[in-house]
Amino acid sequence: MKMTDPETTMPAATASQEVMRAEGLSVALPIDGRMVPVVTDVSFGVSRGEAVALVGESGCGKSMTASAIIGLPPRGAQVTGRLIVNGREVLGLSPRQRRKLCGNEIGFIFQEPMTALHPTLRIGRQMTDTICHNLGLSRRAATERAVEILDTVGIPRPRAILQGYVHQLSGGMRQRVMIALALSCEPSLVIADEPTTALDVTIQAQVLDLMERMRKEFDLGMLFITHDLEVVRDFCDRAVVMYSGDVVERGSAAGVTRAPAHPYTRGLIEAVPGETTDRLVPIPGSVPQIGAWPEGCRFAPRCARADAKCRTHPPLDAENPTAVRCWHPLEEIA
Amino acid sequence: MLRYLGKRFLLILPTIFVPLIMVFLLLRLSPGDPAGMMLGDQATADQIAALREQLGLDRPLHVQFLIWLKGIVTLDLGQSIFFREPVMEIIPRYAGVTILLTLVALTLAVLIGVAMGVISALNRNNPIDRGVVTTAVLGISVPEFWFALLLIFLFSVTLRWFPVSGYTPPSAGLIAWGTTIFLPALALGVRQSALMTRMMRSSMLDVLDEPYITTARAQGLPERTVLGRYAMRTASIPVVTVAGLSAGYMLGGVVAIEIIFSLPGLGRLLVEAVARRDYPVVEGGVLTIALVLAVLNLLIDVLYAILDPRIRYK
Ligand SMILES: Nc1ncnc2c1ncn2[C@@H]1O[C@H](COP(=O)(O)OP(=O)(O)O)[C@@H](O)[C@H]1O
Ligand SMILES: [Mg+2]
Repeated sequence: MKMTDPETTMPAATASQEVMRAEGLSVALPIDGRMVPVVTDVSFGVSRGEAVALVGESGCGKSMTASAIIGLPPRGAQVTGRLIVNGREVLGLSPRQRRKLCGNEIGFIFQEPMTALHPTLRIGRQMTDTICHNLGLSRRAATERAVEILDTVGIPRPRAILQGYVHQLSGGMRQRVMIALALSCEPSLVIADEPTTALDVTIQAQVLDLMERMRKEFDLGMLFITHDLEVVRDFCDRAVVMYSGDVVERGSAAGVTRAPAHPYTRGLIEAVPGETTDRLVPIPGSVPQIGAWPEGCRFAPRCARADAKCRTHPPLDAENPTAVRCWHPLEEIA
Repeated sequence: MLRYLGKRFLLILPTIFVPLIMVFLLLRLSPGDPAGMMLGDQATADQIAALREQLGLDRPLHVQFLIWLKGIVTLDLGQSIFFREPVMEIIPRYAGVTILLTLVALTLAVLIGVAMGVISALNRNNPIDRGVVTTAVLGISVPEFWFALLLIFLFSVTLRWFPVSGYTPPSAGLIAWGTTIFLPALALGVRQSALMTRMMRSSMLDVLDEPYITTARAQGLPERTVLGRYAMRTASIPVVTVAGLSAGYMLGGVVAIEIIFSLPGLGRLLVEAVARRDYPVVEGGVLTIALVLAVLNLLIDVLYAILDPRIRYK
């Protein structure tokens, strides 16, 4: 548990230790012949050794943001804005140059390791293919590297696992293999898209602990996508809250989860049973579909504090690491 | 793996015996006396009775069946009425052509189908894809004999690249053999290659949307490896599994092709044997085709198990 003061854990926005920074990152998808915005004006950074949570309900654009960062958005998607990886602007790169960042600079851990690992290739083949290609090692050296990294993520008898297939492993082991694969070429940023959602509760804690240990051991920047606020509070340094493709709030993980500034974030907190209340207050209404976002503040139709001003889209302070996209933020921060 | 293959092996027994039993019953239960039909109008009653006895047709049906079954198990298929020599000596002379023709046709069908399917999928919805899909629809709807005549007209008569008909065995030179087998095999394989094109296209499109393909890309693997190894591995499985079925269809189409190209194969032998009422040869031919099909299917099952470990470890 990290219960440090939100003000002191805030890393200074120095570009040198930042492994990734998105500025005004937007994604639009072609739906029925027109481009529909799915993610709009997302700005945040991730520094070395830091875990940043990307939080929000299902469908708010978390995975889309992640796919834009790794450079693998759905077919026909339009990605705009600025994206800096290890000090280099990458949106203008050719697909081939862009692919070189994958594995080497950015590792990706998927939600469902059963489907994210190849069903008919041996685990060893998948790992050594990646290691050989990215690090230029021989097959034999790559195998040694794979054994080493499987051992690091706590997999017993790694050599036997390399000979096996994904369907022969338990859920927890599969996710450990996925983590090993993502870390195998020493990336500086790891994006984990709901890495524990598909796992049993008991295994979830082990995998979360493992990821925290890896982050510290390799001084990784980690973008941790989740809808679980407890995970945000316990395992992350900072949090970025998304709603309908917008970043609605940004701040320290402790600050955002204990004293949220955006009514939506508070709604999220009150919708889960916590220590302070065991009364569940669901947010009224439902998440608007993409293409049917309201004008102005997208949360306004579901917000008790909304008034005429909310018909204009509220801005988000791009400079300040702690910011809220709301005309009427909650008192605690105001 | 061994248990899987054992099970597969047991499953091929019905694919051999069901057609054989059907032929057995068809020959014995068809109206009219086979012996009389074989010998023709001028035969005397004595001759007919003698042949009936020789063929065992005077015994009760279940006894006939047991004798017939014993003949098959001991590989004694009787004597050809037309050739006046054992069926077991006639069949091998004709089977080689048919087996080679089917294998080459199957190989062509798989190669063309996989290549066109992949090209189509990678160009999804652009003119290349539409062209391939349209061609495949045409290919499926064209009958083999029609396509065979078209090929003969185009490549043998007009361009003179290949002989019009006839057969050179591979022992007389691979190139000479190739020129006589290529057009027949292409004609025989075209419909299956069109089916495989469509199957490969849709299976490739499905696989390209699979999360493990995104993972392979997210690992930084070049597109060549992602498509050539990670996608092809799984996308080719459905094509392999239908190859057995395709071989079955081809062995059905082999009759027309062998006649059009004058190839001395089993299909032509069978048609001639039926016309001559040479029933032992008909039975022997059907048995051979069933065996070839069974062995091919077993090989394909082995290939399937190699391609998909999930099957092996069940
Ligand atoms: N390939 C796609 N085509 C069309 N719409 C998509 C596609 N992928 C995601 N979406 C839509 O984009 C929105 C954001 O999706 P996503 O980023 O997966 O949400 P999250 O990860 O936060 O649950 C959702 O409304 C989803 O339906
Ligand atoms: Mg998601």
